[in-house]
Amino acid sequence: MDPKGKNNHKLNVVGKPFRKVDARAKCVGQTKFADDIVLPRMLYCKILRSHLPHALIKRIDLTKALALPGVFAIITGKDLPIPYGILPVSQDEHALCIDKVRFVGDPVAAVAAIDEDVAFDAMNLIEVEYEPLNTISSIEEAVMIDDPRIHEYGDGGNVHKKVSLEFGNVQEGFAEADLVREDLFFYEGNTHLPMEQHAAVAHYDSDKKITLWSSTQTPHYVHRALAKVLEMPASHIRVIATPNGGGFGGKSDPFNHEVAVCKLAMITGRPVKVTLTREEVFYCHRGRHPVLMKIKTGVKKDGAITAMAFQSFLDGGAYGSYGVASTFYTGALQTVTYDVPRYKFQGLRAFTNKPPCGPKRGHGTPQPRYALEVHLDKIAEQLNLDPVEIRQRHLVAPNTVTANYLRIGSMGLGKCIDKVVEGSDWKNKFSGWNGSTRKLPFGKGIGIACSSYICGAGLPIYWNNMPQSGVQLRLDRQGGVCVMCGSIDIGQGSDSILAYIVAEVLGIDPFDIRVVTADTDLTPVDLGSYSSRVTLMTGNAAIQAAERARELLAMATAEKLGVPIENISFAERRVFDVENPEVGLTFAEAVVLAESKYGTIGTVGSYTPPRSPGNYKGSGVGPSPAYSYSAAVAEVDVDPDTGIVVVERIWIAHDIGKSINPMLVMGQVEGSVYMGLGEILMEEMTYRTNRNVVHKFPSMLEYKSPTTMEMCDVKTYLIEDPDPNGPYGAKEVGQGPLLPVPPAVANAVYNAVGVRIDEVPITPEKVLKSLREKARGRDSRYGPDSIPSVEWPEPLRILTPAEGGDGKELPRVAVHS
Amino acid sequence: MKTKSHIRFKLNGEETEVAFSPHKTLLEVLREDLNLTGTKHGCELGECGTCTVLVDGRSILSCLMLGLEADGREVKTIEGMAVGAELHPLQQTFADTGAAQCGYCSPGFLLVAEELLKKNANPSRAEIQVALSGNLCRCTGYIKIYEAVELAAAKMRGEEMELPKEAVFGLD
Repeated sequence: MDPKGKNNHKLNVVGKPFRKVDARAKCVGQTKFADDIVLPRMLYCKILRSHLPHALIKRIDLTKALALPGVFAIITGKDLPIPYGILPVSQDEHALCIDKVRFVGDPVAAVAAIDEDVAFDAMNLIEVEYEPLNTISSIEEAVMIDDPRIHEYGDGGNVHKKVSLEFGNVQEGFAEADLVREDLFFYEGNTHLPMEQHAAVAHYDSDKKITLWSSTQTPHYVHRALAKVLEMPASHIRVIATPNGGGFGGKSDPFNHEVAVCKLAMITGRPVKVTLTREEVFYCHRGRHPVLMKIKTGVKKDGAITAMAFQSFLDGGAYGSYGVASTFYTGALQTVTYDVPRYKFQGLRAFTNKPPCGPKRGHGTPQPRYALEVHLDKIAEQLNLDPVEIRQRHLVAPNTVTANYLRIGSMGLGKCIDKVVEGSDWKNKFSGWNGSTRKLPFGKGIGIACSSYICGAGLPIYWNNMPQSGVQLRLDRQGGVCVMCGSIDIGQGSDSILAYIVAEVLGIDPFDIRVVTADTDLTPVDLGSYSSRVTLMTGNAAIQAAERARELLAMATAEKLGVPIENISFAERRVFDVENPEVGLTFAEAVVLAESKYGTIGTVGSYTPPRSPGNYKGSGVGPSPAYSYSAAVAEVDVDPDTGIVVVERIWIAHDIGKSINPMLVMGQVEGSVYMGLGEILMEEMTYRTNRNVVHKFPSMLEYKSPTTMEMCDVKTYLIEDPDPNGPYGAKEVGQGPLLPVPPAVANAVYNAVGVRIDEVPITPEKVLKSLREKARGRDSRYGPDSIPSVEWPEPLRILTPAEGGDGKELPRVAVHS
Repeated sequence: MKTKSHIRFKLNGEETEVAFSPHKTLLEVLREDLNLTGTKHGCELGECGTCTVLVDGRSILSCLMLGLEADGREVKTIEGMAVGAELHPLQQTFADTGAAQCGYCSPGFLLVAEELLKKNANPSRAEIQVALSGNLCRCTGYIKIYEAVELAAAKMRGEEMELPKEAVFGLD
């Protein structure tokens, strides 16, 4: 099957480095971000947040605050009693806490006042009496301590979710292996740190309809949540997502501040704006889960995997957020790079009294990918295999189904590995595992890692049979085209992708096109900018809408020119006869013809992912229309006296399928490398413990992220192996290239100085401690040495495709105790 | 009782008067009292570089400067970078090379880069890195920003230059 949109004609737009359709506005200060919106009579909202990590709310006294001149309204939890949450299975948040706060930063009251200063003063006049509760500050505590319970739901005590899946008989696989190895890893949590703080403006009109402008990656889900919490018909609510000043997953949940400003606007009858402070953005979080992992793999002497068992323990923070999906994601994609014939996954997400974790770039997969790729490096050393060979030899084949029922389409990882190995001169730098044959000086090291990521999730977040993406086109009789889609540009270029694809199909210039996106009143639903779904899904929907319009224009033009319809071609703003290119019409004339014949020209397109072959409980997470692949080699310089790791260069190859715009693909690869570099070297969300679970440094200065001085040189290769499910063969690039970076650096650090840092981030303190242990002749590994003792549920057993399985779990055998 | 202070200064080349509460930062005065929302904020604590503007030609963090201190001085914001409808070469190259992804940090980077190119018409990559080291960008990994600055510098020197092929399509 050919990729959709491949019309056997020369591509004029796709594959070309056009500038983004919104780029100039961003460079002259014209783009309106949420906080740039100012409406007449607008009030300002501040949110009072808990300063205690876990406490009952005994009393809230608003008297003094309400008496302050300039205060228009104050709301508390009882004003918004209906819970919500991004996943149907965890509707556990309230816009404002009702009887209990669960982390430092949990919202308690919201003020609307004449200006921000008055709102701030009023916030300080609100009296809240708390009764402190004991806190749960770690995965270990959550597993051990049932009381107090942070939430009254979940899989017992402070365990939010426990899952257990087994594909094929893992014990049998381990028995066949020549080597069975087990390792523990810990990946510290970190946060998105978008440059734009979340902001929202609500406007309540005289028809009692509400409009919310918000920096959200998921206007459709915000729309749904508002309808539920405000108890209003969704048709009376309009959500407009403003261009996001960076998202990375951190603006994907419906947020309390969005609900609060809507309610305050309804009460006061005036527009209300909220803009979070940087400190509050740290409390919004929904970032990378801290994950403790145990990985056990059986391999043959040549490195072929016979079985793998993976356990993950996620510190979820105080609410569900995307956590159930995150938990499954820590176990889903281990099977899509190297052949894993039997696979077992056990995952546990704990509630703790910290800001909630959720989806950050790579959602739940960078942690296990780091563990898997470092583990594989250790196996290679034990088997005395080259780390390149052990990967390259056992790749998953294209067009196959994995043990956990993920359907692989195109698979360019082999080519990716070849590129980075050649580019980095791996063969002349990696000297084998025997130190006496070293080619690089001590302190310099090289490491490799590979990865894969989904191009959108196979299933929507809430169960339905509708398309995941819709596009609507309107053609103007003077030659303009308007494309409307619910997708939201968070900087990745999704608005531009729509324009490029429509321009390609209709033979016009991308800058002839007006793009209207992310407005629930005007645009058909697209589920949002998450899970790397947008290029593939909106792209396919845009192709369908544009091809339908093209068909109408072609029919009208063919009739007028008296040539067969298959002769009609579209290019350079003309519609013409391919055999006599000078015979034709301008694009605008063709629209006039078509409109005269068929009426107003408007078409729609939609996209629904193919059905997944998996059909077991939990099979909703992992399936995707296509998987992107990446390979990276890192070269590092480790100073043995200070432990400071400098990443000098990263070679990265990404299997993009087909670049709709290579320049934007390059930007996503470089940005992903950057974010992976920050995670492996410095970024961490850490808290003071001992019952007082306060974020250590909720500021940009103290939360270390790479500046220009830490960013490494990046050598990028784009591998184009078109995928049949992608628009023009395109796959994702926004998230995947982050994944190989942390393990490649970790493996390079080991190659440089011979110490294994099995905990992310690799800080100078950890490296130095390991080097000192090594100098004393002791075990120099730095990392976790135990996992909590947990009673796992009996796993769902699923026969693998190789065993003749049908994708369903086997019936459970009744167990009598 | 009047609660507002009044200043007169040159803003993007125009004599401007504005009244505001005296505790307001220049960032707040620009955004809230003069409706110039092109200047962004990322922390309002002087940590991220996002709110950079030029005061008397020097880049400063407008979140750390009181509006009152702008009295009598020359302030340039992103809105004043283009000449008429003609974009500054840096604005063109930032747009053309994909140096602006989400675009939120772009105004700050653009003004710091303008200051750099005034002082040094042909900066090395290392000099660009040092000059931009006070500005955070979470999208680009800075690389497309360096390339945009280099391209604009070449244009401003009157040289023909295009981005290297590997910057746009990757290495072969």
